[in-house]
Amino acid sequence: MQARQTTVQRLVRWMAIITIILGVLLPVIPQIIWSFAFRWLFPSLLPSEWSLSSWEYVFSASSRVVEGFSNSMQIAIFVCILSILVGLPAARAIALNNFRGKAVVEWILMVPIIVPGIVSTLGIHQLFIRLGLTNTFIGVSLVHLIPCIPYMVLVMSSVFANYGTELEDTAKTLGAGPVQVFLNVTLPGILPGLMVATMFTFLISWGQYITTVLIGGGTIITLPIVLFPFISGVNYSNAAAISLVFVAPAILVLILISRQLGQDSAVMGGFGRL
Amino acid sequence: MTHVLLKDLTRRFDDVIAVDNLNLEIRSGELVAFLGPSGCGKTTTLRMITGLLLPTAGDIQFDGKSVVTVPTEKRGAVMVFQKHLLFPTMNVAKNVGFGLRMAGISKQEIDRRVSEMLELVRLPGFEQRRPHELSGGQQQRIALARALIVSPKVLLLDEPLANLDANLRLEMRELIRTIQRETSTTSIFVTHDQEEAVMLADRIALMFNGVLQQFDQPQAFYQRPHSAQVAHFFRNDNLLDAVRKADHVETAAGTLEISPERVNQPDGDVVLTVRPEDVQLIPQNDTNLVQAKVLTQVYMGTYKQVQLDVLGNTWLAHGPVDFDPEIGATIPIQLPKAHIWLLPHPNGKS
Repeated sequence: MQARQTTVQRLVRWMAIITIILGVLLPVIPQIIWSFAFRWLFPSLLPSEWSLSSWEYVFSASSRVVEGFSNSMQIAIFVCILSILVGLPAARAIALNNFRGKAVVEWILMVPIIVPGIVSTLGIHQLFIRLGLTNTFIGVSLVHLIPCIPYMVLVMSSVFANYGTELEDTAKTLGAGPVQVFLNVTLPGILPGLMVATMFTFLISWGQYITTVLIGGGTIITLPIVLFPFISGVNYSNAAAISLVFVAPAILVLILISRQLGQDSAVMGGFGRL
Repeated sequence: MTHVLLKDLTRRFDDVIAVDNLNLEIRSGELVAFLGPSGCGKTTTLRMITGLLLPTAGDIQFDGKSVVTVPTEKRGAVMVFQKHLLFPTMNVAKNVGFGLRMAGISKQEIDRRVSEMLELVRLPGFEQRRPHELSGGQQQRIALARALIVSPKVLLLDEPLANLDANLRLEMRELIRTIQRETSTTSIFVTHDQEEAVMLADRIALMFNGVLQQFDQPQAFYQRPHSAQVAHFFRNDNLLDAVRKADHVETAAGTLEISPERVNQPDGDVVLTVRPEDVQLIPQNDTNLVQAKVLTQVYMGTYKQVQLDVLGNTWLAHGPVDFDPEIGATIPIQLPKAHIWLLPHPNGKS
């Protein structure tokens, strides 16, 4: 019986691995080939002529890929910092306290997931023009924050609820001040969850297109904005090379957090509420 | 060595009064149990003593000085929780040395005192172990060492024996008792188990619904309960209405002699009680006899538990294992004068 169970478990694990390979890695393979192809016509299995010209193009100043990558990276990191600063206290309050209107606050936090980004961004656009935040780094970061915060708050509230307050209370009675409690007890305890939530925040910001276009107004060039014209264009090789640059951080993140995703952990419990 | 005084201590949660006007004086070096069913306010009181929870009203004093405004980290009341005992990200040495590290004490000093503490809790050489490698009992001891290393003014234990199996409970009980004596640390533990409280505590504070019922030595809860509720919590439901008149009581079963120096209710309406183990199923002489109908009898291993109907009240009595009364028979039982205790009458005339 025990052996049968582990056989089933092994089967499930292999199916999961195969699904990930088929779903995530397989579509990337033609992109890799395309990025090195100079000529690849229909019946051929592989390109008839190879070239590095697409990659030369990617790293040239005229493609603005490097500029876009750098901007996207800076904005995403800034958004991560902001969403930790805003989301962590909110998540803790929701997880550990009961207060009047808690259900309303939780519902409001879900709204950005339900309402399409373009709708809320159109409204915010008017406000940001008045505040002078359009076409600025800060403005784009703030608008990215809207779809990011629900993920940060829901994942971290689940982590906090699971972690509880007893260890912090123990530390307090042993003479640890608020900062010492946070650095020595709370932070090490929630760190795995915080890493996952931050990675997701990063990826959400990294993938924003419409919000960046509307608020950035063409002044703030991020990688999706560089990539978009190529998707409908004719140069598959250049589009493939840029796509690979775009997707690389996502795959990196997936590998980094795969250990957490695989477990039946509190971190993933947060996603159950989405 | 700290004297703890709780003065009119009250805590409300919205409309619920969790602790109501609690007055307690805990002597220096004493081991006190807060006993009561869950939700009686015992853990709330513990949290107020640590400063993790603010009282709604009243005062908490350590050695005569109010500590209500002193924050938890400076109060010196260390709490050991029932669950989540150890910091999971730290090894044993880091766990035990935590309080000293927070106080900024040098590493050599911490190392020395950590190994001393591990000796004290009989786990020497465990410095490098991780919490998940330890058994429940070992974790409990490490948690105790971590608390004691900071020389707490008051040590607070939340259900210290609740998560342990029977053998370990016994061992842990002895260890807590020994260490508490050795260090003379004023200690309070919370429990819902009356046996645990009786075996471990110098004195017990019994609480129901946030109200202190009785604060006394363990044997007093058996011999001199303050009310029928207290008697019930200590497994005595043998009650009989009576009227006290100096050296005897009058009951529906006749007149019974009492020891006036032993009872503390004034003349008038009272409730008489005799513990099940003190009821004589086989009368020794003719005094204080009461007729009782045998309802059931259960063999309990070392004694026989007999359920009786005493004038409409259900009583329990313990008899010798070979005592074998007929079910439904009416037998005379003896309520020894020396074991009769009087409780206040619920109508409160006395």
